[in-house]
Parts: sequence; C-alpha cells; structure tokens
Amino acid sequence: MVKKLLQKKILMHQIGLISKPSNLSIFQSFNFLINLLFSVLCSLFINYSSAQNLNLGEIHGNFQTDVQFYNPDSAIGAAPVPQKMLENSFLNVVYTNGKFSAGLRYESYLNVMQGFDPRYKGNGLPYRFASFKNEKLEVTVGNFYEQFGTGMIFRTYENWGLGYDNSLEGIKIKLTPHKGITLKGVIGKQRYFFDYGDGIVRGADGEINLNETFVKLAEKKTQIILGGSFVSKYQADNDPIYILPENVGAMAGRLNIIRGKINFYSEYAYKINDPSTINSFIYKPGQSLLVQTSYSQKGLGITLAAKRIDNMSFKSDRTATGIFLDINYLSSLTRQQTYNLASMYSYATQANGEMGLMGEIMYKIKKDSKLGGKYGMLITFNYSRTNELNKTLLPDSTYMGYESNFFKVGKETYSQECNLEINKKFSSKVKATFAYLYQEYNKAVVQSAANVGIIYSHIGILDLSYKINDENTIRTELQHLYTKQDNGSWAMGLLEYTIAPNYFAAVSDLYNYGNENEDKRLHYYSISAGYMKDALRISLSYGRQRAGVFCVGGVCRNVPASNGLLVTITDSF
Amino acid sequence: MIISVPFIIYYKLRTMIKNILSLLFICQLSITALAQEKNHKLPAVDVKTLDGKTFNTANFDNGGKPIIIDFWATWCKPCVKELNAIAEVYEEWEKETGVKVIAISIDDARNMAKVGPFVNGESWDYDVYIDSNGDFKRAMNVNNVPHTFLLNGNKEIVWQHNSYSEGDEKELLAELKKLKAVKKN
Repeated sequence: MVKKLLQKKILMHQIGLISKPSNLSIFQSFNFLINLLFSVLCSLFINYSSAQNLNLGEIHGNFQTDVQFYNPDSAIGAAPVPQKMLENSFLNVVYTNGKFSAGLRYESYLNVMQGFDPRYKGNGLPYRFASFKNEKLEVTVGNFYEQFGTGMIFRTYENWGLGYDNSLEGIKIKLTPHKGITLKGVIGKQRYFFDYGDGIVRGADGEINLNETFVKLAEKKTQIILGGSFVSKYQADNDPIYILPENVGAMAGRLNIIRGKINFYSEYAYKINDPSTINSFIYKPGQSLLVQTSYSQKGLGITLAAKRIDNMSFKSDRTATGIFLDINYLSSLTRQQTYNLASMYSYATQANGEMGLMGEIMYKIKKDSKLGGKYGMLITFNYSRTNELNKTLLPDSTYMGYESNFFKVGKETYSQECNLEINKKFSSKVKATFAYLYQEYNKAVVQSAANVGIIYSHIGILDLSYKINDENTIRTELQHLYTKQDNGSWAMGLLEYTIAPNYFAAVSDLYNYGNENEDKRLHYYSISAGYMKDALRISLSYGRQRAGVFCVGGVCRNVPASNGLLVTITDSF
Repeated sequence: MIISVPFIIYYKLRTMIKNILSLLFICQLSITALAQEKNHKLPAVDVKTLDGKTFNTANFDNGGKPIIIDFWATWCKPCVKELNAIAEVYEEWEKETGVKVIAISIDDARNMAKVGPFVNGESWDYDVYIDSNGDFKRAMNVNNVPHTFLLNGNKEIVWQHNSYSEGDEKELLAELKKLKAVKKN
C-alpha cells in the first residue's frame, strides 16, 4: 500500500504535479532540526522544572459572551434584524511569571449587537501587551491603560459593556525613583475599533507625596500630594483651507491635602487651541477646573465638589466624534444612578462647556436609637446642578468662538437633581430602600434632541427584600416617574427570587402609562433567570428593552428598542 | 526518480516525528499543568489608599491568615449589600478565622472623592483601596462587580464568586472554615 502510494507520488513528481524537493529542503530540514531541538528542550525543561518545582508561571483570564436573538416589534420601534441573532464576545488571556507578564484579548462581533457602533465588525486581537516590573521600573509595550490625576488631560480605559476602549498601543514606562515619587511616560496610537486612530499621543506625569518623600514630614498631621502632567498629540494638517495646529499640548496640575477627617483635592488643566469637529473648529484654548472637599468620620460622610469645563474635548483625531479616540476623561458630577427609572434621564458631561456643583451627605443613625431601630438607618442626600457657561459670542465667532467669564454661571440649566435615599433594615429578614428624586434634564442639550426642552420629573422608588431563610430571598422594586414632558410618566415593577449562592429569577414590567399618544402606552415586560457558580455566571433574559441612553461610569451610549432573548455567559479562570 | 525516493521517505518521517513530538509535548504540558495545578497568586498592581498613597497589591498582608478581597463600587447596590452583610458578621469571622476584608472600589474620577465618606457613612471597618482605572480589576480578571475572592494564608486565590445574592456570605464562611480545617491538618 505504502509502496503504491510512493510510486504514485514519484509519478506525480515526474509529471510535475508536486514541486520537487529542491535546495529549499536544506532550509526546511534546518527548520525541522530547530523544531526538534526546541521540542526536546521544552520537554526537558518541563520535566526538570516539575522535578525541581520551578515556577512555570500562571495563565489566567476572563471571558464574556453576549448573544441576542431579535424579534421584530414594530410597536416599540424594534426593526427586524436580518441576521436574527447578533453576538459580542471577548476572551482575555494573561500569562504572568514573576516580574514578567503578557496577555491578549480576542474580541468577536458577529455581527455587533444593536446599540453598539457597527464599526466593531468581525474578529480580532485589538489588545496585546507584554510588561515587566520591578520595584523601581515598570515597562509595558503594546496596548495599555493609564490615567494621570483624575484623567482631565489623559485617561485610557475600557468598558467593554459600553463598547468603550481608547487604549494606547505603544510604550509605557513607570518609574519609582524614590519612595513617594512616581513618574510615568507614555507614547502610542489609540485603538479605533480594529484599527488605530490617526494621531500620535505622547504624555508624561509626575506625582510626589511630600510626607513619604521627605523624612522630616513623615510624622506631620497634614499630608500633601502634588502632581503635574503634560500631554501632546500629533496629527498632520491636510486641510486645504485652514492652518490647523499639528501638535496640540495640554497640561495639568493637581494638589491633594489631607488632614485628619478632611480631604481636599483640586486639579486644573489647560489645553492650547485645538480646532475640532466637536468644538466647531474654533481656535480658542480650553481649560478645566475641579475642586472637591470631603469630611468624614464614622457614621458621617460629606462631599462637596465644583467644576468648570471650557472647550476641553481632547481627541487624538480632530475629526472624531462620539465616544471614540478620547485622550482625556471629563467626569460628571451628577450622582451615578442604580435604579432604572432614576437613570432614564442620565446627564452626560458637556465637553464644550459647563459649570457644575455637587454636595452629598451620608448619615447613619445609630443602632438601638429611636429612628435607627435595631440595625441603624442610613440617610443619603445628594444635590447636583450643572449649567451652561457664561458665553459672549465674538464678532468673528468662527475663529475664537466666544469669550467667557470664568466665575460667572450661564443661564441655561443642563441638569439639576435632588436625591434623598433612606436605607433601613427592619429585622433580620426585612430590608428596604426608599428614594425620592427630583430631576431636571436638558434633553435638547444632552441628546441634541429637537422639540424637547428641559424635562422635569419626580421619581419615587421602593426596594423591599424579604429573606425567607438563609438561602431564599424575595425582592421587589416599585418605581414611578412622573413627568409631563417627553414620553410622560412611567411605572415599573420588579419581582426577584434568589436562591443563594447559585440561582436567580426575575420578572419585571415597565409601563409608559402616561404617554400622550395612547398607542405608545406600552409595556416593556421582561423575564430573566440565571445560574452562578464561582466566577461563572450564565443568564437568560427575554423581553422588551426600551430605547434609551445606557450609562456606566460616566460614559453613555444610545440603545435602540429591542425585543428578544439575551444570553450572557461570563467566567474567569 | 530514484533520487527523490529518500526525500519522500524523509518527508514522511519528518511529519510523523513532528506530529508525535508535538503530541507528546502537548500531553506533557497538560499533565504538568494538571499535576502542578496550583492557586493563582495575587498580582502586583498599584492601587491608591483613601489618603492618596500609592500601594502595591502584592503588599496586601494578613500575617499568614486568610484575606477576602471584594471588588465594589459606590453605585453598585448588590456590592453595598454584600459588604453590609459581611460587616454584620465581620467581628465574628475575625475572631473565628482571623480573616481580613479588603474592599477594592472601582469608582472612577466621577465618584472617587465620595469613596472615603461613603465607607465612613456606612461605618465599615474594612481596608479600602481605590482602583480608579481598573488596573487591579483587569489583573484579577473581574468582569463585573461585585466579585469576591478568598485568599489563603499564602495569599493564593482559593475561591471566587461573581455577583451577590442575600445569603451568599454563608458560602464564603464555609470556604473560610475549609481553609482553617486544611491548616489544622
């Protein structure tokens, strides 16, 4: 049989069907030898190391897949999806061995789920890195995430669930030359879906903790931390008409003073002129200031913050829009909401300009007091307000744009919120959260929505849980949003049953009963169930999802209405 | 024609040996991996203390006793519930097992300033650190919060759990007790 095959092959060689092994084979056999040698060496090494119990390093990672099956549902405005099902997944794998680590993330979008940017298309490895670290030095090559201060001029991070990833690919160096001193340097190009943005980003940051650095100050009650950074982006100017700055620099300084229960933090940033699509190509420089103070002791926490942002959108491509190619991060001062109806009108920072302030007080009424009962009671009050900048348009508004008085607040309200939340445990079985919110939300500005001005809403929430026994708990959420604007009032009910530590099931309905248009008084029902074990979590949910803005950690994306089954699997290993 | 015969044999042999070798290599790798299946060590990443100091996670220490690491955020209701549930029994657990709870807040610049007042407001006695850009979260492969890890006395991860439902702390305590039992043996 073998002979026959051989003869056949030889025949094929003769008639030229298979290329003859030629001189190339010398190279190939060399390759083969190398392979052989490598395999033997590896086997030896493994045997040796297992015998010696040498550290081979570790492999770990995590995984998530979201698969959504879509039903067309014209009532809620969910258009048919030609693929019927869409999928978003990723897998992170990291290898670490002592001071060395390397990793990559595989991402798959076949096709990307609705509500994400369709430019996430297909599969790829948009994240890979290698790094080593010792006490004084850390070097990372490949993709990395980093933040200077609060991120006012530089922050790269990812939030896969929101389709947000502005990692830099390049080199990052972190130095700790002396206790209390950290120096960082970064250079790279930003991730743009499965490609890179046009610009190059360079930056450096230094931070010094005076008390840690200088022995004399070590015992002082007042702690001072100072920081400063400089970031610059380069993008060629190919514009036929305008002369655009190819190098745009931004600098920031920060100060943190801590004394006992008081913590003061302030950061200021300045950016030279940076005409871009976001600021309508004006040549005005940008600046931003954040001041926050907190006082806290056991049972009491107070936070006050104020900020001013003026023309601070900073992207590595001047033509980029949306949540892509951001070099900096401008956080919002509004409270980050937990409940569905409270987050229906979520404010997002206006990078072109805003002035805001926020105050929050948390107070825990002690156990065994009249109000506190057996377990105590926690009261949280939060107030926040954001307005436009005071702006005077310049005669040639296309060049410098406008003038603005630094300390004057503009008239138009962007958002305002009063929020009172009470958490109380009544007995070992019953826990409750009550919340009342008053919100003003400028939809015209935040979502660039026409025909809608400010939405005034009152929201009430009751979250009640009853622990049947050690494993079984039943929880209900009742929420109501009252407004005369936009889509009118909403009500929501949720019932959840959990069996610790492995199972949960829930049903919910969101009802837009107050819609002026009777045909749009719709129910958004949903049922879900899940299984958890260790790091594994599998969940299924079926139902309708309303169209809206979905936000986590200050980044928001628009989610269209949908109807169907969503399967999510997450795991870590 | 005759010249090509040895080449073909050589090729055949080469592929065969190569296949066998790679198979062996894979087998050996997996066997070694299985034989050596050990718990992950704590990664070394910089986080911040509540008073703004940089702290390396490799320096988390509880003098050879177990550590619980809990990833949370001020806006995450189940996280706060879990930390409150543990707070109620923390003293007991400490006495019984010597365990220490380290709470890692993943709040970013938006809520960072609130973390200290929040922890005090809740009257928690945990060691709290801020991981505002998710460096430690990524190094620990955390998908969502809350995510809880249990570390043994050698600071190796022996158990983890994602999400929180009321009563989950019971499983955590059982795992803690298992550690104690192992130590006794």
